[in-house]
Amino acid sequence: MISRNRDAKPGHHRVIPGTPVFDGARAQQGYALNKMCFSFNDAGNRAAFVADEDAYCARFGLTAAQREAVRRRDITAMIEAGGNIYYLAKLAGIFGMGVQDMGAQQTGMTVEAFKAKLAAAGA
Amino acid sequence: MARIIGGIATSHIPSIGNAIAKGSFDEPYWKPFFDGFGAARAWLEAARPDVAIVIYNDHGLNFFLDKMPTFAIGAAAEYRHADEGWGLPVARPFKGDPRLSWHLIEALVGDSFDLTTCQEMLVDHAFTVPMSLLFPGGGQWPVRVVPVVTNTVQHPLPAPLRCFRLGQAIGRAVASYPEDLRVLVVGTGGLSHQLDGTRAGFINASFDRMCLDKIVRAPEELATYSILDLTEIAGAQGVELVNWLAMRGALGDDVELVHRNYHVPISNTATGLIVLETPLSRH
Repeated sequence: MISRNRDAKPGHHRVIPGTPVFDGARAQQGYALNKMCFSFNDAGNRAAFVADEDAYCARFGLTAAQREAVRRRDITAMIEAGGNIYYLAKLAGIFGMGVQDMGAQQTGMTVEAFKAKLAAAGA
Repeated sequence: MARIIGGIATSHIPSIGNAIAKGSFDEPYWKPFFDGFGAARAWLEAARPDVAIVIYNDHGLNFFLDKMPTFAIGAAAEYRHADEGWGLPVARPFKGDPRLSWHLIEALVGDSFDLTTCQEMLVDHAFTVPMSLLFPGGGQWPVRVVPVVTNTVQHPLPAPLRCFRLGQAIGRAVASYPEDLRVLVVGTGGLSHQLDGTRAGFINASFDRMCLDKIVRAPEELATYSILDLTEIAGAQGVELVNWLAMRGALGDDVELVHRNYHVPISNTATGLIVLETPLSRH
């Protein structure tokens, strides 16, 4: 059993290995990247990104780290640069990646191995 | 007088929407999940709800980080789904019940729950997928809806106990509505899952089964976890359990378990379904 409520001090929360906690600091750090991803709810914006990725990223003022992470299609680096997984999923969709592809990439597994791990969790 | 006839909690994974669109109900991957809904639909047919209050979390369709309400409620005559960016078919529009919405808002704010009120609001897959699972008929949806949104995106998130109490306040608010309405409360999300980080793919089946047990008769015990407890035990997105707790809070103490189902995995998620009824369902 986890000991409960040991995060009483605001802004000082426990570190959970392998688990990003998207708090105010990350939301502030990742704002430009997440705002760009939010724009991808619109099909025209997705097309504009595909047509000219550099120009589209520039429009949202991505940081150098965010731009590089997007260039490399690197979900872990996007999260380290403040990206939130719900918004990133919209960008990943443009790259043809679903949540299982994103999970596999972040855990360094093949998609097949990642799916097998999920299936085993229910057994 | 309005009365809450029961509550349903279910997972809301986007790929379910795609599977419904493709009709994948009998494929081996999907069958154990979809088969869980027969009993829920049979109960709904007998229970005949007029309105569904649907408690869920938005994933970046309606709300962005520029303005992120901790709790929000719809007060619109109609709610639409829209393109979410990754290919889920867009659901048919839903009819609202603005009079009930404003009654809930008056009662909840009067009860110290200061929700953001929305006269325009897109509802995302966390709303539309459960509705499609529960009401598969096509055409006009058989219930009017009131969407209630909890923030599970940007920490600090509302505490599980606060969400449970919001549900209790919704229960009191419905009970004070003069119109004769049969009200269903739906909570969506969960159960354990994690999409982000090197722990992506984390699932905790024993915790999920414990939740399915406790939510019936001992929901207060689940409500004592903190958000970070849930993050650690149920995964980063397992915190969506707060929507189940809000649903459960609305039903009051006296509930009967009608049906439950648990299946792992769909996509990255452990899926749960529970149907609870109140004594008022029999009137």
